[in-house]
Amino acid sequence: MNKFFVILSHTYKNRVKSKAFIITTVLTLAAILIMTNIQTVMDTFSGDGEEDSSIAIIAEEPVASTLTSSLAGGELFEGGEEEGKEAVLSGEYEALLVVDLQESGLPEGHYYTEQLTSSSDAEARQVLQQIKTNIAAENQNLSGETLTAISSPVAFERTALEEGAKSEEELNQARVIVYIMLFVMYFAVIMYGNIIATEVTTEKSSRVMEILVSSVSPVTQMFAKITGIALLGLTQFALFILVGYLGITLADSTEGSLIQMVGLSNPDWGVVGYAVLFFILGYFLYATLAAMLGSLVSRVEDAQQTVTPMMMMIIVAFFLAISALGAPEATYIVITSYIPFFTPFVMFTRMGMVDVALWETLLSLGILVGTILLLGFIGARIYRGGVLMYGKASLWKNVKEALQLSKKE
Amino acid sequence: MLKLENVTKKFGDFTAVDDLSLEIPEKQMFGFLGANGAGKTTTFRMVLGLLDQTGGEISWNNGKIGYGESHLVGYLPEERGLYPKLKVEDQLVYLAKLRGMKKSESVPEIEKWLNRFKVPEYRSKKIEELSKGNQQKIQFISAVLHKPKLLILDEPFSGLDPVNVEMLKEAVVELKEAGTSIVFSSHRMEHVEELCESLCIMHKGRPVLHGNLRDIKRSFGKKNVRIDADFDLGFLEEKEEVIHYKHTAEGAMCQVREEKDAQVLFEALQGRGFVRRFVLEEPSLEEIFIEKVGESYE
Repeated sequence: MNKFFVILSHTYKNRVKSKAFIITTVLTLAAILIMTNIQTVMDTFSGDGEEDSSIAIIAEEPVASTLTSSLAGGELFEGGEEEGKEAVLSGEYEALLVVDLQESGLPEGHYYTEQLTSSSDAEARQVLQQIKTNIAAENQNLSGETLTAISSPVAFERTALEEGAKSEEELNQARVIVYIMLFVMYFAVIMYGNIIATEVTTEKSSRVMEILVSSVSPVTQMFAKITGIALLGLTQFALFILVGYLGITLADSTEGSLIQMVGLSNPDWGVVGYAVLFFILGYFLYATLAAMLGSLVSRVEDAQQTVTPMMMMIIVAFFLAISALGAPEATYIVITSYIPFFTPFVMFTRMGMVDVALWETLLSLGILVGTILLLGFIGARIYRGGVLMYGKASLWKNVKEALQLSKKE
Repeated sequence: MLKLENVTKKFGDFTAVDDLSLEIPEKQMFGFLGANGAGKTTTFRMVLGLLDQTGGEISWNNGKIGYGESHLVGYLPEERGLYPKLKVEDQLVYLAKLRGMKKSESVPEIEKWLNRFKVPEYRSKKIEELSKGNQQKIQFISAVLHKPKLLILDEPFSGLDPVNVEMLKEAVVELKEAGTSIVFSSHRMEHVEELCESLCIMHKGRPVLHGNLRDIKRSFGKKNVRIDADFDLGFLEEKEEVIHYKHTAEGAMCQVREEKDAQVLFEALQGRGFVRRFVLEEPSLEEIFIEKVGESYE
């Protein structure tokens, strides 16, 4: 047990101090800070854009006064249409809005900008639409109330009948949390799985493995390594979450609603709890697999290749989970949620979206834990044999050979 | 005492070690000789428990060597096995920890050994920055740092220049005198002849010769007579006592069946001229090996 911690702390310390770890962590933290303060950042950069966002308006009364008062940056332009266009081209105005009245008395807008890529016309179009509606209503002698009655949206409420079903609001919240967790899990499993495989192969290629295996049992070694990398991941994620939280808190108070927007102010702790559980189990499943695969090859260049099938599996699991977000009760989703390699992603998504019976959860967890133990057992044997193999053969042949080498007779 | 009884190891159809029985006494140096592929490394791996034997028993002081005993065992693998990117001291501290030695104990030891090998400046260097010979020194330190009772050295002298071979030999002899049982393999006969009390020569997985070095030589019977003389010694080739005759720069080298045959040669030289040297020598291991296996060793 003592040696377990020696390897664990060695793995952890070595990685935490590595340049690669520090650089990726710092970059990600910077990205998180920028993302959480995106509004502030955008405002800062578009600061001077604000000033020339004025829109020149050429229109007749009474449309002209309504427009200038309700369109932000709208200014009545004193001059002809051609002069107006010149002014836009020279940068004096961002756009020119020319409103003519049709024969029917309804307004007709022409919007001139330097490029069509500008999206500043949306507001102008909306204001003009409002004016048009009002004029049309007036023409038909409609009262204000009638108009409101027509334009207000219909009352429509959805209610789920099944007990325990999530309300609309809860569902949206759950979707956001599940989505975030899926992404985190996806990247974590791929990233740390790769680290583990590379780490094992490095030790093998430098032949230090032979000394390690003669000092400490391969099982202890494998799980110490996996746990060490897990701690590394936890460190990284703790930093991300901390900085993310700080970033959101730091952001402009009006932007504080970002938390509410993604439903994080009052999360469903049940979903979060399951997320953590599936995350940990999923990590151990894939980490064991990665360590096993890593022990089969003897050169770092080959490590990438060996873990490819595992990466494929993770990608499939991820896409299944994404489609489960939209159809959590589809048959193929239900079935795949029991396949251990997909369970961490798919079952978790199902649980986040709909109410899954307890026995289903327990069954999938049982299968998952069983698979991890089985993989741990087989993995340790392959690991033990694999670390003494330096040949270069196909993956399957290597597995067979490794098992043979570690055979107890 | 390390004891191997009828140990066999098969890899599929290939028999790497065939029915090997050995007794390696405590506090001695035991030499393991054999060409590449003779089964030396496989035997070591079985002794260390890295591989399980297909048949037979291996015991050390009447027990099996398992992970519980790893702090008593030191191992220097044939290939360099160190973390290339780790600093020498960190590396040695870590490997010693895995063998149950605390950092506070290992650091002064590391300093002692680095000084002894005249490389104290490598302490904070990365392994990959060192030359192969110096890496081997570090590798050796990692095998002996935790003061093992049983030290297994797989080809410790390969790839070293003569100065460093001497340095390592001295260290090995010192460890033996301090009470460490040492088993080492080599494909250089002279290292084994120089250092070991007992030895085993492996050939294609089987032990060809095994036992005390002196006994082996004595029981072999045949002796060499080295003669340096001013006159032509060619006539000795005709003598029936001489099994083998070899011309040397100073005279000749004759192999005889037993000690008393040398007397015959000595008498035959009388009156022919000035004899500068007449020595009766033990046969070299190499000669014994060639004789036993019927083919050249290397």
